Amino acid sequence: MPLLDVRNLRVEFPTRRGTLVAVDDVSFAIEPGEVLGVVGESGAGKSITGAAIIRLIEPPGRIAGGEIWLDGRRIDTLPPERMRNIRGREIGAIFQDPLTTLNPLYTIGRQLAETMRVHLGLGAKEARARAIRWLEEVGIPGAAERIDAYPHQFSGGMRQRVVIALALCAEPKLVIADEPTTALDVSIQAQVIALLKRLCRDHGTAVMLITHDMGVIAETADRVAVMYAGRIAEIGPVREVVKRPRHPYTEGLMGSIPPLSRRVRRLAQIEGAMPRLTDIPSGCAFHPRCPRAFDRCRRDRPDLMATDGPNRAACWLHDPSSRDLACGHAA
Amino acid sequence: MLAFIVSRLLQAIPVMLTVSLISFAMFAYVGDPVTIMLGQDYTEAQREALVRELGLDQPFFVQFVEFLQNVLRGDFGISYRLGRPVAELILERLPATIELALTAALLALLIGVPMGVYTGLYRNSWLSRVFLTVSLIGVSLPTFLIGILLILVFAVILGWLPSFGRGETVAIGWWTTGLLTASGLKALILPAVTLGLYQMTLIMRLVRSEMLEVLRTDYIKFARARGLPDRIVHFGHALKNTLVPVITITGLQLGAIIAFAIVTETVFQWPGMGLLFIQAVANADIPIMAAYLMLIALLFVTINLIVDLLYYAVDPRLRSGLIASSDR
Repeated sequence: MPLLDVRNLRVEFPTRRGTLVAVDDVSFAIEPGEVLGVVGESGAGKSITGAAIIRLIEPPGRIAGGEIWLDGRRIDTLPPERMRNIRGREIGAIFQDPLTTLNPLYTIGRQLAETMRVHLGLGAKEARARAIRWLEEVGIPGAAERIDAYPHQFSGGMRQRVVIALALCAEPKLVIADEPTTALDVSIQAQVIALLKRLCRDHGTAVMLITHDMGVIAETADRVAVMYAGRIAEIGPVREVVKRPRHPYTEGLMGSIPPLSRRVRRLAQIEGAMPRLTDIPSGCAFHPRCPRAFDRCRRDRPDLMATDGPNRAACWLHDPSSRDLACGHAA
Repeated sequence: MLAFIVSRLLQAIPVMLTVSLISFAMFAYVGDPVTIMLGQDYTEAQREALVRELGLDQPFFVQFVEFLQNVLRGDFGISYRLGRPVAELILERLPATIELALTAALLALLIGVPMGVYTGLYRNSWLSRVFLTVSLIGVSLPTFLIGILLILVFAVILGWLPSFGRGETVAIGWWTTGLLTASGLKALILPAVTLGLYQMTLIMRLVRSEMLEVLRTDYIKFARARGLPDRIVHFGHALKNTLVPVITITGLQLGAIIAFAIVTETVFQWPGMGLLFIQAVANADIPIMAAYLMLIALLFVTINLIVDLLYYAVDPRLRSGLIASSDR
């Protein structure tokens, strides 16, 4: 049984000019202890998917369909108070900007202790002792003294370590990390990712790692889901998706990463831009930019389907009935 | 911390000197105390004697220094109209004004802050809309009108509360208080509501807009993502972050409440400093006006100092400004 099972999730934003569908029919699962990477451009719906799972979508956004199961329990229909107990306790969260995610007026020790006291019912003394242990575990030097420091007394990288400690301190089974390194210096990114990876392995925590950085995914994730315009374009084991992408969009993404081995004059790029949510094209949302689009792509929307490998891709090229139309395609 | 307080106190000195200069200038340029004190019939010799006695023949600067020395000793001169020392008159009236102002400020805070939090959290509920509409009335109606309307309803029509005065008072040392007698408390209600209503709506609107701002921040979202109960998120994390502007405005408004209780005190014939001042203005009783001016200036300086100290208590980033700036 998977730890997290998201089935046909749909998130809508009602606006004056009609309803925007930010996440459309997204299904995926995360096994216990597994790291699932979620990549995509800004606006592809990856962050909103993460927010939907912990039910913290900004109003007026709302879950309009689908089911979310955690550990065999359906959580998208739980009353708010029960859902609150799941946040932090069973699903931790790490946000993008460590400079703004910590409350500036409370010491980090207090923020850690209050989280553990709420979820684990610890006394003040025990919570403080554990807070110090957590700070040591995330690599804050002099944890016993630094516990009474305020967030502004830490650097960005150190603050993100504190945020990781806050996300993990109630021992959740799943952590949703939304762009955890995007706001950090490049030199610190690798350290923070390595820390997150090590801690989650040690504690057996599964991770949903949302990022637009393929490098981070390739290094960290077991499987990866590629999102495009609110839908999953391709999902599968990282090696397979990186080495042999089955969806033309993934192919384009991988092609745009400059190889270190040889010099390239121009970076490869995908023509055009991701459609806005207000005017998603008919059929496959990627077809206007797809070099291999054919009639059916303009007409029908493809769901995730089996390919010749372990990946599944939402692309008609892999539909047996249309395979002959995609002449010349080697996949 | 100590250095900060000392530097603030040093900064206060030029402010107080300037205000006392203006106060003193009133003696020289507003009315002629000699004519006022002598009345209708006097001889030239009497006039000159009085001028010498009051030291008015001395140069301006010498007079000012002497005035300052007297003020520092607590001697603000003698009221032209009442013929009694000004310091004594003010001390007599001070408790009434302080009690009224603090009650009004407390009322404004204790009602305004929760209303602000509520309207910030549930901004689309019907109760929030009612609060906001009512607060608009509080902001736009002039104080004297609110006072008169309250008197009309609660004193004249319903007859529940007295329409003027302070009721019975009890003396504790030189301080007379109306807080210990039933009639004193009853008499306090209408003026305190009148004086505090505007401040209450101001604080409510301020807290509301600050709450709306803070609730959008990442650390509030993160606090929710950590599964903290709403009570802790709203009243701990969110409310505390709205405090700095609220403290600023409340501090300045407390000064304003005391300084401008004049209207309310006049409407309710409340025997406080405001009433004393307005009577002094009507009679060109300059020693009282000058003393009042300096007292209010001292009050604002003190409140500003307290407000600054409260910032330090609330916001740790100010306490260690050096570390914060090197971190950016």
